[in-house]
Amino acid sequence: MTSSSAASRKALSKIASNRLQKELVEWQVNPPVGFKHKVTDNLQRWVIEVNGAPGTLYANETYQLQVDFPEHYPMEAPQVIFLPPAPLHPHIYSNGHICLDILYDSWSPAMTVSSVCISILSMLSSSTVKQRPEDNDRYVKNCRNGRSPKETRWWFHDDKV
Amino acid sequence: MDFGEDRDSSVDFDGDSDNDIDFEDADVGFDTQDKDIKPRKKAFEVDFHVHSPQDIQGQQDKQVEEVSNILGQPLEATAILLRYSRWNKERLIEQYMEKQDEVLDKAGLGQDVARPPRLQVINGFMCDICCDDSRGMQTFAMKCNHRFCVDCYRQYLVQKIKDEGEAARIRCPGEGCNQIVDSKSVALLLSTDLMNSCRYQELLTRTYVDDKDNLKWCPAPNCVYAVDCGVKQKDLHRIVPTVHCDCGHNFCFGCTLLDHQPTPCPLVRRWLKKCEDDSETANWISANTKECPRCRSTIEKNGGCNHMTCRKCKHEFCWMCMGVWSEHGTSWYNCNRYEEKSGHDARDAQAKSRASLERYLHYYNRYANHEQSAKLDKDIYLKTEKKMTQLQSSSGMSWIEVQFLDNASQALQQCRQTLKWTYAFAYYLARNNLTEIFEDNQKDLEMAVENLSEMFEKSTDQLAALKVEMMDKTTYCTKRRIILLDDTAENLKNGNWKFNVELV
Ligand SMILES: [Zn+2]
Ligand SMILES: [Zn+2]
Ligand SMILES: [Zn+2]
Ligand SMILES: [Zn+2]
Repeated sequence: MTSSSAASRKALSKIASNRLQKELVEWQVNPPVGFKHKVTDNLQRWVIEVNGAPGTLYANETYQLQVDFPEHYPMEAPQVIFLPPAPLHPHIYSNGHICLDILYDSWSPAMTVSSVCISILSMLSSSTVKQRPEDNDRYVKNCRNGRSPKETRWWFHDDKV
Repeated sequence: MDFGEDRDSSVDFDGDSDNDIDFEDADVGFDTQDKDIKPRKKAFEVDFHVHSPQDIQGQQDKQVEEVSNILGQPLEATAILLRYSRWNKERLIEQYMEKQDEVLDKAGLGQDVARPPRLQVINGFMCDICCDDSRGMQTFAMKCNHRFCVDCYRQYLVQKIKDEGEAARIRCPGEGCNQIVDSKSVALLLSTDLMNSCRYQELLTRTYVDDKDNLKWCPAPNCVYAVDCGVKQKDLHRIVPTVHCDCGHNFCFGCTLLDHQPTPCPLVRRWLKKCEDDSETANWISANTKECPRCRSTIEKNGGCNHMTCRKCKHEFCWMCMGVWSEHGTSWYNCNRYEEKSGHDARDAQAKSRASLERYLHYYNRYANHEQSAKLDKDIYLKTEKKMTQLQSSSGMSWIEVQFLDNASQALQQCRQTLKWTYAFAYYLARNNLTEIFEDNQKDLEMAVENLSEMFEKSTDQLAALKVEMMDKTTYCTKRRIILLDDTAENLKNGNWKFNVELV
């Protein structure tokens, strides 16, 4: 149960930290619209502020994403969760876990934090109801002892995302 | 996107279409036409072939070559197309002729597949994965033009193959790209050593077997063989396709569980589920200790045989039904049949539920007992064998002379496996005029098995003298088993059994 959190605590490989430094520079020059990176000296954990897009259910709302990078980023996907309170959304669990295929099975090493952020915002923007996933209570209960969303066998709610 | 999911596509290779796949070898084991069944084959036997990994590879290569000639595509691309179509070559050819571009696209190939993959050095290139932009760096891209440095591409492939067990459907590392990395590209990027240590070729072969309905891997641990059998899923309520792998493992081709003849797969699934759900209720029953029905002293079972003799009072009884043993083996005595309570006994709901539990326990008890006894039989045999080996070296008896014990033990194991499943079968059987024949066959086999099992409890010095008798009893057991299986399978095939549940 703790394997993945232990793995994410392992220091970044040389490739991973190179790449993240580049991504950070790129982000500062050209940040994705609607996002703000809260600068810390921790390259391995990014906390990013998300602003709901105007004209959507989440307009004028602000949430926080926590992105943890594994040792072998970008070969391995980062772990991305919403910090509480997580937005009410049919693919977002109350513990902040996000059901989005690119974060798990469909991750590609060519993706970046920026492209992940854009996918998450588009997922929020396309929502037509503010509600939790149907299996929220059961899922959250199963994750109680600090299970990472990357250990979940996801059954994607929507194959269009 | 999994191609099984995009329903609205006009290219449809979905397995559950009503178009059945034709088998190349025309080696269909179970045919629905009775007249086609060879006279010498027993009703419970099915045709099958065991294939080595080399055979499988050969079959695969042959088909790729054949289709490659028809489509005019290189071998690598054809292999990808065939894997995409789940090896349904007729359908692939048909679809390809109709809408070539769409098929190529969906399979993860573009139109231009003739260009061989190669590594390139590109001036001013920076790899999007590692952000390295060193001069002279080797890079690779497929025709989708998602270019990365060789190191990243290689690391990506190794992770997909080694960690995720993928081979046939590895996608380009480019974001959102559906291009499949063909095996020629994999070979270019990975060294032979690396390919071997990843077992890439093996995984490719695996998908071939996994994709074909008439092929299954032998489920025995470490076994590398695959079995080819033509029995289809839709026939599993009419036949129990037990196959025998060259490694010695007997398994059901329908569900890959251990041989469960005579019970058809749908009932096996139901029964195992029921046993799991009811395990707590039933546990106390299969315990290894009971009381002697006469003197109440505790008796422990240490052999597989059901004929018990109380050490204290010498009372002889049957472990299963606790009835007097001397009455077993006479035609009117039924240890195997569950006597339904007469109608007015089971009027109220409580009595009904008690009766239904009792009925289940009757069958479960016997099912579990044969499973347990098979283990005990084996233990005793292993002890005996050890003693026999000692005897052999001290008395100079040859290996051939003790072989009969081994044969007897194997027959016993097989018969108990069958008997065990006859009780699950009987549990779901609704009474009709055939039930009694089934119960008689079951009783005969059970008696034969108990007689043989009992012989293993004899002391080693007696055993050598009992050789002929033991061989006779072994033959008889096997014969009774074949009679039971043949009769049950014949009636199953013809739909003569009535079950109290749906066979789905
Ligand atoms: Zn690509
Ligand atoms: Zn690279
Ligand atoms: Zn085998
Ligand atoms: Zn089966």
